[in-house]
Amino acid sequence: MSVPVPLDPPRRLVELEVDGRPVRVPEGSTILEACRSEGIETPTLCFLDTLTPVNVCRVCVVEVEGSRVLAPACSRRVEPGMKVRTDSDRVRTSRRMVLELLASSVDLSLASPDVGRWMRDYGAEPERYGPPAPAAEAGERDARRAGHHEEPVDGLAATVAQPVKVDNELYVRDYSRCILCYKCVEACGVEAQNTFAIAVAGRGFDARISTEFAVPLTESACVYCGNCIGVCPTGALMFKSEHDLRRQGNWDESRQRVVETICPYCGVGCHVELHVQDDEIVKVTSPLDHDITSGHLCIKGRFGYQFTQRRAPVGASPDPGGPPEHAG
Amino acid sequence: MDLHPIDAEPTAGEREAVDLVLGPPESGWRGGEWRPEVDGHVAFGGRAERERRHLLLPALQALQERAGWITRGGLGYVCRRLAVPPAEAYGVASFYGLLSTEPRPPRVAHVCDDLACRTAGALELAAELERLVGPEGATESGSAWLRSPCLGRCERAPAALFEQSGADSYQWSVAPVTAEQVRAILAGEPWEGPAPSDGAPQTEDLGARAGLRLLRRVGLVDPGSLDDYRANGGYAALRRAVELGPEGVIREVKDSGLLGRGGAAFPTGVKWEAVARQPVRPHYVVCNADESEPGTFKDRVILENDPFSVVEALTIAGFATGAERGFVYLRGEYPLAHRRLVRAIEAAGARGFLGEDVMGEGFRFDIEVRRGAGAYIAGEETALFNSIEGRRPEPRNKPPFPVTHGLFGKPTGINNVETLVNVLEILRIGGPAFAGIGTPESTGTRLFCVSGCVQRPGVYEVECGTRLRDLLGLAGGVRAGHELRAILLGGAAGAFVGPDALDLELSFEMARSAGVTLGSGVVMVFDETVDLGDVVLRIARFFRDESCGQCVPCRVGTVRQEEALHRLAAGREIGSREQELRLLSEIAQVMRDASICGLGQTAASAVQSALQRFQLFDGRSS
Repeated sequence: MSVPVPLDPPRRLVELEVDGRPVRVPEGSTILEACRSEGIETPTLCFLDTLTPVNVCRVCVVEVEGSRVLAPACSRRVEPGMKVRTDSDRVRTSRRMVLELLASSVDLSLASPDVGRWMRDYGAEPERYGPPAPAAEAGERDARRAGHHEEPVDGLAATVAQPVKVDNELYVRDYSRCILCYKCVEACGVEAQNTFAIAVAGRGFDARISTEFAVPLTESACVYCGNCIGVCPTGALMFKSEHDLRRQGNWDESRQRVVETICPYCGVGCHVELHVQDDEIVKVTSPLDHDITSGHLCIKGRFGYQFTQRRAPVGASPDPGGPPEHAG
Repeated sequence: MDLHPIDAEPTAGEREAVDLVLGPPESGWRGGEWRPEVDGHVAFGGRAERERRHLLLPALQALQERAGWITRGGLGYVCRRLAVPPAEAYGVASFYGLLSTEPRPPRVAHVCDDLACRTAGALELAAELERLVGPEGATESGSAWLRSPCLGRCERAPAALFEQSGADSYQWSVAPVTAEQVRAILAGEPWEGPAPSDGAPQTEDLGARAGLRLLRRVGLVDPGSLDDYRANGGYAALRRAVELGPEGVIREVKDSGLLGRGGAAFPTGVKWEAVARQPVRPHYVVCNADESEPGTFKDRVILENDPFSVVEALTIAGFATGAERGFVYLRGEYPLAHRRLVRAIEAAGARGFLGEDVMGEGFRFDIEVRRGAGAYIAGEETALFNSIEGRRPEPRNKPPFPVTHGLFGKPTGINNVETLVNVLEILRIGGPAFAGIGTPESTGTRLFCVSGCVQRPGVYEVECGTRLRDLLGLAGGVRAGHELRAILLGGAAGAFVGPDALDLELSFEMARSAGVTLGSGVVMVFDETVDLGDVVLRIARFFRDESCGQCVPCRVGTVRQEEALHRLAAGREIGSREQELRLLSEIAQVMRDASICGLGQTAASAVQSALQRFQLFDGRSS
């Protein structure tokens, strides 16, 4: 192993206090980094190490002495002498409420197991907002008018539940699971792919991830790199192969193994992880901490694996799982 | 950036409307006619176009006004012209209440059903409209009416804003308005409007007029005449500013003790000094004229009746902070103020009060007006920057603050209209003399927007520290034969007080110690005939409608708050009333503590104050 060569000038250390303990971290670090350096667990949902923090989920908030409101740990930079509390009543209440509000309106059942653990640890009770309102019809939430909503009725709690959008052969969008963390928008835009096929549309509770005029992905700018799937924390964006297996009740991670390999297509040498169940590749990921990909791939690395499992004899009808024509 | 175009063409009218904003297209690559001999050989990446992204909202407004809604062809053309990804432009268009991404008829009435208009029969008006015209939003007849949040005409409630799209598009508001008038206007019939008024009753009384500082020219000068403005003291303050120099101006403003009038009460001089000192260039100044707080209309009264004062004051702000470019961000619901302000800026430019060499004094300053498009949140200063920049008006996390990272990421001084106009008075009488007006901590005079159940609603100018009782006295007190029940101070983001608060001195320090806020100067009065429960539900609906949706506490919290209040109102509590009140107070806490911006942080304050001060939703009629 070679020794890393420092390219940046050495950073000064900043001293601050976290939960009464003195902490020293490099200048420019965030409170989250300071907490991690001390082994203090901080829940995060919209944060990802490879993306610029958007600090919208607010589950990482901490109390900074002298500040009127709580501060997002993921983006607030440390300052010398800062006094941070991560476990005060105010912090615990806000974290519990954020988890509760999300869980009462969004399907978090495929989010990381950490989320369920945080909900237990903080005592979140999403049921106390009442029974969920019926799911929206397909397209209904896409057509909501900014600044207008129907009056709440019958003591039901509004949710973002709606049918899954399946408009191509490669991946599906299940916005009933979307917590609006903005990660997919970031990955589709300047942070990875620079394609800008999706953005946040609408506002308030009707804000949603959308293409222009909510057109299907096949009519949008999408290039099927799947980097949005790679960053989605709640399973709202999912390989169609995984979606289909789950619907059939055949998705079984205990029967899966992960084969690490190098993408065979070009000379970049992206590190890919093939998730294999019953000798079929069911999804492809790349490690976030890989220095070539940072977790991102292109359509070939992400979806171009069908040839490895094309077992039909030459001349037989093509595998229906192959990439659609427009993706070529 | 390899943009994927929308597969639809604009109409000739849409193309013309957009070109009026952006100028003609420069190449076939950017929406112009394809010239193979040129465009076939040269293509540019779009950097120049992307730098004009700040024209996205004006271009979308041009489309809306031409076609009545944002069509795919129209949006696609704007995207090609500005090199903006269609998904992003759609994200911007679908944010604003006054833009529509679904077909909308050419004539639309936005009928206010917000707080002040409710005390003046807005609900009955809406019911009457359903009978006369049809249900809200129905579009069969070539026209439609829609319910609207506060239109800022509370002194003459109920109000409506009309929009006529097409080649000769026009917007105008009518207040007070009747259902019959709305019907006639939507049907294109001739109608008679109410007599004009300047909205400031003190200007009609010679005795009261003498004490006015901020309203001194309102009702006196012709808002279209620069000569009239100058004959009444106009541009003396800018002359004085030039004598003092930028540091001198900042010193006077600091000496005056002026605190911002937009709601946050930050010391104006400190803000200006911080901007002036930033080594990064360019600097910008922005006038926040997006007053959308329900019950606020003070800035409108100044903009409609004394627009040159805003132009002069912003020029002084630019001079003091070293900015050569200023923006006025005006709320989209103020068409008359827009026309008058634009005319004032043109007149000032034509006479050398703006431009390359202001008053021949060797400094440069220009002003652009940007209109909002129906989004309360765009009045939050960092959301306002995003709106001008052509992005979704979602507030930014602070720090960094606008004095270092403001408009286009540059140091920016942003002030409310009333704050800026105060600077004219400071330069007229001097900072120390100004500091002698009002109370030691709240200097000068303030504009209060008195509305609801009073005899003479309107904007009133009083010294800071005036008692609430005396302010209501100026407005003639509660309507004859009725008794005061509650006053909403500071608007939907403020707090309710009861009759016991009439001795409150209207200063920042007394408001703070009483646990209320003066906010943007809203004083909305409710008598015993008003259903306060209904008022509280309307406030909850307002915040749910106006949340940008970016952060979880506000996006979901405003929904859960409204739902819990409806359960209380319907007597269908989950658990008990106490349980619901506890839930509401926890929702209030997470919104206050963990929301990104002031909207979420205050979205529960009026609701909570009403629940605590009045026995609402307790089964008896409230």
